[in-house]
Amino acid sequence: MMGVSDVIVGPLGYPFMVRGLVASVMVGIVCATVGTYVVLRGMAFFGDALAHAILPGVAVGYLVSGGARGPVFWWALGTGVLTAIWIGAVGKSAQIKEDAAIGIIFAGMFALGIALISTMRSYAVDLAHFLFGDVLGVSNGDLWLTGVLGGLILLTIVGLYKEFLVLSFDPVLAVTLRLPSTLLRYLLLVLIALTIVVSLQTVGVALMVAMLVTPAATAYLLTRRLPAMMGLAALIGALSGVVGLYLSYYVRVASGAAIVLVCTAFFLIVLLLSPRRGLVWGWLRRPAE
Amino acid sequence: MAGEERVLVRRHVVHEVGAPILEAVGLSVRYNSRLALEEVSFDLVTGERVAVVGPNGAGKSTLFKVIAGVLSPSAGEVKVAGHCPGSHICIAYVPQRSEVDWTFPVTVADVVMMGRAGRIGLLRRPGRGDWAYVRQCLAVVGMADLAQRQIGELSGGQQQRMFIARALAQEAALMLMDEPLTGLDVPAQEDIFRILDELRARGVTVMVATHDLNLAAEQFDRVMLLNGRLLGFGRPEEVFTAGRLQEAYGGHLRLVETGEGVLALSDTCCDGGA
Repeated sequence: MMGVSDVIVGPLGYPFMVRGLVASVMVGIVCATVGTYVVLRGMAFFGDALAHAILPGVAVGYLVSGGARGPVFWWALGTGVLTAIWIGAVGKSAQIKEDAAIGIIFAGMFALGIALISTMRSYAVDLAHFLFGDVLGVSNGDLWLTGVLGGLILLTIVGLYKEFLVLSFDPVLAVTLRLPSTLLRYLLLVLIALTIVVSLQTVGVALMVAMLVTPAATAYLLTRRLPAMMGLAALIGALSGVVGLYLSYYVRVASGAAIVLVCTAFFLIVLLLSPRRGLVWGWLRRPAE
Repeated sequence: MAGEERVLVRRHVVHEVGAPILEAVGLSVRYNSRLALEEVSFDLVTGERVAVVGPNGAGKSTLFKVIAGVLSPSAGEVKVAGHCPGSHICIAYVPQRSEVDWTFPVTVADVVMMGRAGRIGLLRRPGRGDWAYVRQCLAVVGMADLAQRQIGELSGGQQQRMFIARALAQEAALMLMDEPLTGLDVPAQEDIFRILDELRARGVTVMVATHDLNLAAEQFDRVMLLNGRLLGFGRPEEVFTAGRLQEAYGGHLRLVETGEGVLALSDTCCDGGA
C-alpha cells in the first residue's frame, strides 16, 4: 500500500511534473489576482473572448517557427495586447453594442486561428494543446518567462492598487481626481492580455476564463475586502493548480481540465457552505426570520 | 501641512482670489440630436448652498457632470475658481445611491480613502496621516464607529454620509450631490442638512439636485429651476412662482394659490419609485 507521503512525493520524481507544478502555481496566483478585477468589473466575457482571440497569433508563431516555443509566445503576446486595445476601443464607438462587437471579434479571430492551424500536418494534436494547454510540456525557459512576466504583472497590480480600485468602484471619481483614467483602463486590459499569454501553456485558450474568474469569484463569496479577496483568490488558484495536476497524474485526465475542475469544485463548496453568503447559511437562516 | 501644499501647487492650479467658485457661461450639451442643456449661465458664491430642481430629464445630472469635468459641453464653458474644471481636484461628485455597486468588497474607510487617491500620488500608499484624515472626515459625518463596515451593510442615510466624508477627504471646495435626499426618511435628511451646515461653515460650496421642492425652499440659500434651459435662479420665493413652476413641470405639478403665495404640493413625476 502507498503512504500519503508517497502519493505526494512520488510524482515529483519526474522533472516534467515538478516543472508543471511550478508553472501551475505561478499561473494560478497571477490569473486569480488579475481575475479579481475581471470579476469585480464584470469582464468575464471580455476575458474569454480575449483568450480565444489570441489563437491566430499562436498559430502564426507556430507556422513561422516550425513549432518552437519562443516565437509562439511572442506572437501570442503581440496579438493579445493589440486585441485587448482593439476591443477596448470598440467599447467606446456607438455603432454597435459592446458585447456584440466583442463577440464578432472573438469568433472571427478564433476561426482564423483554427483555419491557420488546420493547414498543419499534426493539426489535431497541436490544436488540442493550444485549446486545452500542455502544462507537462513546460520547459525551464518557459518557467523563467512565466516567473518574470507574472512578477511584473503582480507588481503593477500592487503598485497601482488604489488607482485600479478607484477606477473599478467609481470611474467618475477617477475622473474628478484627475487620475489618468483612460490610460489605467487600457493598462488593465493589457495586464489581462499578458496574464492570458503567460497562462496559455498551462490551461489553454478554451479554459482560460475559468482561471481568471472562478478563484476570484470563490474568494468574493468569502471576504468583504479587496486585499483579502486578492490573497484568497491567489491561494485558491495556486491550490487548484497543485491539486488538479496531482489529480490528472493519478486519474489520467487532461491536466488543464483537471485544474479547472478542481477550481470549480472549490467554488461549488464555497457557494454551498460559505458563512453569510452561502446557500446553506441562507436555508438555515430563513425559518428563523 | 506644508509638504502637501507644495504637491498641490505643482500638480494642480491655484484658486484665483475673488473669482466666483463656479462660473458657467452659455453651457449647452447635445446628446445625439437632443439638447440636454441649452445656454445655461450662472455664477456661484463661495460657501453657498444651492438646490437644483426640475423634472426628470431636465439636465441636472448632465449639468453636474459638465461641472465635474466628466463631460465636455458642446458649447460654452465652465470655470471653477477661475480655471477650467479639468485642472481641479477640488470638485467632488456624489453619485446617486442607485448607481453604486454596494456589493463591492470595500469598507467605509476604504471608500473614504479613495477621495485621497489624487493627493497621495501615483504608485504611493496612504500614510498614517491619510488614515488619520479619513478618521477625521468620518467623525465629521458621525460615522467614526462604522469605519470597518462593509458598505453593503449601511442604511441609506449612512451611505450618503459616507460619500460626504469621501468628498471631505478629497478636500473638495465644490460638492455636487445627485439626489442625495431621495429615499431617505426625515431624520436621515435632517442628519444630512446638519452636516451640510458644517460644510458651509468650512466654506464648501454645495449643489444638490433634488425633487423635493419644499426642502429646496426651506433649506437652501438659492434654488436653480432647470428644464434644459435655466428657468430661474435666485431665492426660493423669487424662483418658485406659479408661472415658472408651470413652465418647468407642465401638468406634473399641482399648485395651490394661497393668501401667502403659491404652494407646490408635489413633484409627482419622480419620487414614487425611490
